[in-house]
Amino acid sequence: MTMLRIHVSDRIKVSGKTSVGVLLGSLLAGLAAVSLIFVLSGVNPFYAIFKIFTGSFGSWYGIKETITKAIPLILIGGGLTVAFRAKFWNIGAESQLLMGAICSTWIGLNWGPHLPAALIIPMLFIAGFVGGGLWAAIPAVLKTRFAINEVISTLMMNYICAEFMTFLIVGPWKGKTKFGFPYTDDLPASATLGVLPGTRIHWLTLLIAAACVLILGLVIYRTRFGYEVRVIGENPNAAKYAGIDFFKTTLVVMIISGGMAGMAGVGEVAGIHHHLSYPDAISSGYGYTAIIVAWLAKLNPYYVPVSSLFFAGIMVGGDAIQISLRLPAATVDVFNGTMLMFLIMGEFFLKNKIWIQRSEKAGV
Amino acid sequence: MEEIIISTAQRTLVAGTPLLLGTIGEVICERSGILNLGVEGMMAVGAVTAFIVSYVSGNPWLGLLAAIAAGMLVSSAHAFAAITLQANQVVSGLALTMLGLGLSGLLGKPYIGRPLTVKFESVAVPVLSDIPYLGRVFFDQSPFFYMAILLAVAAWFVLNYTRIGIKIKSTGESPQATEAQGVNVSAIRYWCVVTGGGLAGMAGANLSISYSKSWIEGMTAGRGWIVIALTIFALWNPMRAVIGAFLFGGIFVLQYLLQPLGISPNLLAALPYAATLVVLLMIGLGDSRKLNAPAMLAEPYKRGER
Amino acid sequence: MAMKKIEHLEMIGISKSFHGIAANDQVNLDVRSGEILGLLGENGAGKTTLMNILYGLYQPDSGRIRINGKRLRINSPAESIQNGIGMVHQHFMLIQNHTVVENIVLGYKQAPFFWPQKKIKENVIHFSKKFNLEIDPDKKIWQLSAGEQQRIEIIKALFNGADLLILDEPTSVLTPQEITHLFEILQKMKAEGHLIILISHKLDEIMALCDRVTVLSSGKVVGNVATQDTDKKTLARMMIGRDVIFNIMREDLPKQIAVLTVENLIVLGDKGRVRVNGVSFQIHQNEIFGIAGVSGNGQRELVEAVTGLRKIVSGAVKINGKEITNDSPRRIYNSGVSHVPEERIKFGIAPGLFLFENAILKQHHLKKYSHNTFLAYGNIKKHTQALVDAYQVQTPSIHVRTKDLSGGNIQKLILGREISQSPSLLVAAHPTYGLDVGATEYLRRQLLKRRKEGGAILLVSEDLDEIFELCDRIAVMFEGEFMGVLAADDARLEDIGLLMAGSMRV
Repeated sequence: MTMLRIHVSDRIKVSGKTSVGVLLGSLLAGLAAVSLIFVLSGVNPFYAIFKIFTGSFGSWYGIKETITKAIPLILIGGGLTVAFRAKFWNIGAESQLLMGAICSTWIGLNWGPHLPAALIIPMLFIAGFVGGGLWAAIPAVLKTRFAINEVISTLMMNYICAEFMTFLIVGPWKGKTKFGFPYTDDLPASATLGVLPGTRIHWLTLLIAAACVLILGLVIYRTRFGYEVRVIGENPNAAKYAGIDFFKTTLVVMIISGGMAGMAGVGEVAGIHHHLSYPDAISSGYGYTAIIVAWLAKLNPYYVPVSSLFFAGIMVGGDAIQISLRLPAATVDVFNGTMLMFLIMGEFFLKNKIWIQRSEKAGV
Repeated sequence: MEEIIISTAQRTLVAGTPLLLGTIGEVICERSGILNLGVEGMMAVGAVTAFIVSYVSGNPWLGLLAAIAAGMLVSSAHAFAAITLQANQVVSGLALTMLGLGLSGLLGKPYIGRPLTVKFESVAVPVLSDIPYLGRVFFDQSPFFYMAILLAVAAWFVLNYTRIGIKIKSTGESPQATEAQGVNVSAIRYWCVVTGGGLAGMAGANLSISYSKSWIEGMTAGRGWIVIALTIFALWNPMRAVIGAFLFGGIFVLQYLLQPLGISPNLLAALPYAATLVVLLMIGLGDSRKLNAPAMLAEPYKRGER
Repeated sequence: MAMKKIEHLEMIGISKSFHGIAANDQVNLDVRSGEILGLLGENGAGKTTLMNILYGLYQPDSGRIRINGKRLRINSPAESIQNGIGMVHQHFMLIQNHTVVENIVLGYKQAPFFWPQKKIKENVIHFSKKFNLEIDPDKKIWQLSAGEQQRIEIIKALFNGADLLILDEPTSVLTPQEITHLFEILQKMKAEGHLIILISHKLDEIMALCDRVTVLSSGKVVGNVATQDTDKKTLARMMIGRDVIFNIMREDLPKQIAVLTVENLIVLGDKGRVRVNGVSFQIHQNEIFGIAGVSGNGQRELVEAVTGLRKIVSGAVKINGKEITNDSPRRIYNSGVSHVPEERIKFGIAPGLFLFENAILKQHHLKKYSHNTFLAYGNIKKHTQALVDAYQVQTPSIHVRTKDLSGGNIQKLILGREISQSPSLLVAAHPTYGLDVGATEYLRRQLLKRRKEGGAILLVSEDLDEIFELCDRIAVMFEGEFMGVLAADDARLEDIGLLMAGSMRV
């Protein structure tokens, strides 16, 4: 009796070709799955996917919006590459962004009217970095000192921060000029980030994001600290043997990651909304989307802008199909979720070789 | 005054029921060693499936069954990724949450605003519901409440007093030792993950065809994440989950009750999450052996590895 | 006495090879009801392989198994259990957080579905009384001592109807009182008609407990005698399988000052038991000090204590007079101690990083490789190339990923890395384990070269050839203590087998 047997064995060498092949294969399989879901939901998959991409890259407006949405993704995604490389699963970027937004709003509202823009703007970004960084340092300490799983602690921090922020905007920080809406007052003009004319692109944040990504790349690949982070991620046992200090490294890593998310929050408040409102409106799920951005960039900061633009495009495209196909914005989440699933499932093929063999089933 | 107390108590139980259902499922799943962060997505899928099937078929029980099946289907993707492909369980769960939320929004869109005439109404248990005060609170509830309590008791019993329960717990503590005893670790984990998914789907059904009258997007409102927090708060014990679910449910109800007294509902709403962190801190500080976290939670297991 | 499933078990002509190397070569084994058979040999002699075959974990390449005269195939542990064979592994397979009863229920096929703990508990108490096992069924495993945990493993086997019980190095985790207790239990089981195979490298136990002993060396049976017909010395010689050769390649070097001083070192193992029990010694310049002995007698914990990877409970370690007891690994490294780790892939390298990145794994904090914050890639790559050339690491370039290198080349890189800083003390744990002949020879020559340059080397190895070839002085470690420290030309080394097996002290 002939039998087909599936062999699975450890793959020792991973060539560049295999990596790219697996990536493309995962993306294609993901697209196929997404199309299937669309078909089953009564949506024309080709049209929907087409619309997503033309909505984001097919028009000037689309491109401008895509860049705008890519800015926070680049910042957060960049920071996450460092955290993930140290095997610290930072799911809390959402709240690190919000803490940055909160701290910078405080600075902006209280000192904005009294100081010139040249002073205020840097203060905003510093406050954002500090706010996000300190908020992220807490789960870092919880993990290294108390062995608390960082996935859960950062998740909890997200919710605590969101509730705290809502408390602020409907309570003590409620805008006096806002007629009962749950917003804070607008930031004064000096605390507002300029945008490129005709767009919503707050260019200063974009520059900061680009600079950060370049710096991060330098740090990871060219500094001693980055080296230590990479060793921890590669082999924690070897890191211990090499004398690397886990506590210090994890703390610094998280301050960087949280700080960058915080600066993204500054960008959103000072550049887009100009006041604080409900957490969802400010963070828009960037903290979670950035996880996929970092993953897709293979944790390489230099690739983050590319994957950020890609996912920003999908977000903008999602808005587009909301209008033209009257599909809910949530459709984009279907796309993101499915693609991410296939990406991580594809990693199995990077670690293992599969082949099918015809064999005669011998009488054993 | 007593009307307020009774209605608050009733609403607490109502609010806590979906939390309890989801938590029982997640407890079973995590006890076998798999971390499922996709509960929110599975609840959402369950909710939309229950609504649509009930609406179209006119039979809410059919909707409930469909919701359970939908939850099981989505969770089986997580099981496949986490168990067979040994993928990162954190990312897999998050991806499924996104997918589930998206699907529920997508599929539910045509049904927004349409009232459901065939939902689960409260069922008064004969005789027991006539008990003054307690009767109205405990015995005049949606069938979901009774099912949740029964399921919690059943889960507690199975985990502690049956052979399969020992197998499940052992799988979460040490898959190597369990496999060495001839138990199929993968199979047990698959069952547990899928069961958890089914219960999450059921929790979602509770929301859409019992709790509310119509469909809105975002019906789950983050309850899935509370379930994950609750699982830890309950120390992976179904009976503690009962207490925890209604405690957390009570906090939601209290938020609005205490508002006129000047206590911010938001700070109250942050309590469950802060409480979970405190519990984790206690586990971290104390002797973790006494506090029950499954030792190999979220660690991928390969047969033959030490 | 009830009829046992197994009255007589035979393994005949068993051969098994892995990757072309024979782990078992035409091995015969014979054990009967009411008998305790000892299986003696060094690590790698083939004892575990043979028993794994019996337990159904491997299939032999040739040979057969007979129970009660009837030929039998055992394809899995489940079948082995069915046939009445039970095994107590060296590393217990117990769920720490569960109770005794829960652990037993887990593997017991006939356990009832509902309330299994209650129903099984009576049987547990029954077995416990019968064999004097003294187990409290409701206690959690983590509350029990190693001896108690082992007895649970025995009960598990008995529950599944084991007539033949295989115990793999059972006393390695026991206190002397627990050992006595275990022996009593085994004697009782023997009286009940059970068959027992005791795998051990400890001659005292074999002589005390076993009726007969089969000695394996390099996969072959080199002896099969009744214990009353032999003595420890003979057994030891059979076990080692060689006569001690006195080294002629190593040149004599004058004794120098002490580099490493270890005083009354006490170190605990992972489970809290004492693993190094008051060891003291010194290593001098121009000297290779070897620690011989079967793995698991505290060598690993000793190495980890000296290199800063494990806490020292009491005692002191000094390098060149400076105390480094319980310093961090980095500070110990800076004090002049290098370490070639036992598990080279697991601890010695970051596999996914490039060769030149691993070449400075321990040294990356030094000024010449990272001026303050930035890595000095120029220096690093130059250094790596020099290493690769000097230590003959075969690689297409220094830009390959380290995991792509063969085991031997990785080890050469690690050795080069650790030696290149001319450390005062080089600690090398099983440095040539698993390497081919060429790499092995090369590494040994490098160690001798370092010795000549003035270095002090602490060598831990199970390979007696290596020990004799390289070491100036040899300590034999057994159960956390040095049974003796002998100079390389000391005639008493003939009895090194006895020292390793704990039967003799000098």
